Amino acid sequence: MTDADAAVTRAHRDEWARVVAGLTRRFGDLDIAEEAAAEAFATAVQRWPADGVPPNPGAWLTTTANRKAIDRIRRESKRDDKHKEARTVFDDDPPEPVGAIDDDRLRLIFTCCHPALAMPTRVALTLRMLGGLTVTEIARAFLVQETAMERRITRAKAKIKVAGIPYRVPSAEDLPGRLSGVLAVLFLVFNEGYLATGPGTDPVRHDLTAEAIRLTRLIRALLPDDGEVAGLLALMLLTEARRTARVSGSGELVPLAEQDRGAWDASLIAEGHRLVRERLAAAAAGTAPGRYQILAAINAVHTSVRDIRDTDWSQVVALYDQLVRLDPSPIVALNRAIAVAELDGPDVALAAVDRLEDQLADYHAYHATRADLLRRLGRSAEARTAYDRAIQLAGNTAETAYLTRRRDQLH
Amino acid sequence: MRYLVSVIDDKDDPGSTDRGPAISAFNKRLMAEGHWVFAGGLADTDAATVVDSRGEQAVFSDGPFLESKEYLAGVWVWEAPDLDVALALAAEASEICDRKLEVRPFL
Repeated sequence: MTDADAAVTRAHRDEWARVVAGLTRRFGDLDIAEEAAAEAFATAVQRWPADGVPPNPGAWLTTTANRKAIDRIRRESKRDDKHKEARTVFDDDPPEPVGAIDDDRLRLIFTCCHPALAMPTRVALTLRMLGGLTVTEIARAFLVQETAMERRITRAKAKIKVAGIPYRVPSAEDLPGRLSGVLAVLFLVFNEGYLATGPGTDPVRHDLTAEAIRLTRLIRALLPDDGEVAGLLALMLLTEARRTARVSGSGELVPLAEQDRGAWDASLIAEGHRLVRERLAAAAAGTAPGRYQILAAINAVHTSVRDIRDTDWSQVVALYDQLVRLDPSPIVALNRAIAVAELDGPDVALAAVDRLEDQLADYHAYHATRADLLRRLGRSAEARTAYDRAIQLAGNTAETAYLTRRRDQLH
Repeated sequence: MRYLVSVIDDKDDPGSTDRGPAISAFNKRLMAEGHWVFAGGLADTDAATVVDSRGEQAVFSDGPFLESKEYLAGVWVWEAPDLDVALALAAEASEICDRKLEVRPFL
């Protein structure tokens, strides 16, 4: 890759959201913002190798994208009087100071994650407008037809415009409720990357996990005092740190207990631990932690020992008890039971897991957990049935490979 | 912007019938805050007549254009600066009139 290519790639990663968000504020139209930004980056690809990389790539891209947007509005306004209104937005003001630009990106996140949009649409729109992923990339990530994804994004942009979804950060009283929707979108993107579903995809989609982390870092930079933002970032970092140890060379899932801990990413773990400590200090000062902070703390316990045998399981169970109070869902109860198995034995855990059957009968992890507990209790025939069911329901290729081997090892 | 707020009732599971006074109070507030444009309850779908004059002769038929258990029971038209304001009002209004609402912008 030439220096210019590398500079364009870096600028795309660092500046895309800033450019799109700034254009959206100026022109009040997501379509114009997105297309003008895309044209500006296309121009950079052509020009930078010949002219050299500009000293301030972000400013160059913003200026170029603004010109492209104005050209586009002028072109279209000749055909369509409706756009005359948009043309009046054009001004020659110098670029906004950095603070205001950061604000623009935050506004864009809240616009893309508006509760009036369906959850899959919020995810797609966030990846497009803030992540700069192409429609093809998003369609591939979520295993849908490109035309269907194109329609979904086009429809969402039209709804934002026609229905009057505002381009702003919600008021202080609405912020917690709206922010939780934004974090849910980012966690969904991360999880789809971490446990990719579908027989044709890689078991781990690093592109998606990296994008989710990048966007969460962005929110963290914009809302540094929010505990759940810090918690979600820590949770993602501590999970991502184990990524390479989690799938074997033969493409099989490696459970936590069998992972090569030397292969974990020490710097991501250190950063995650720092965030967890920051939240523990806040909790000690009286701020009750939310769901992501507790999940991050659980992952901090797992990643703080060199040997699985040193894991402080009583602390893990205590954290799950705290989580159950916030989120009494059967999935949380299932994860708690997995920790209970280490503390009180597989028979106690199995009794807890069996109570969840009505709610989780179609969830692969329920059957995988039961299978493992039954295996440890020497109840091979029942374990085999449970493995069969888990394999049938699991969508992740590495997980299916692991469960199949476990089943075939049963006596 | 203007929004049409459709009040959706369900024949199998109708909302409460004692909401008149609360809705009147809510309407007064909409007027005071500048959101009010128009509102009205609709008679039962039994009272509807469908007119189709696209052919040679006008055809009048008895009943609503769509038979479904959910039906339009009334409408509001609100003036609001953006969807967030309209949705916040609609959340209150749905609770007050004990029915589902659909919020749609006018073009």
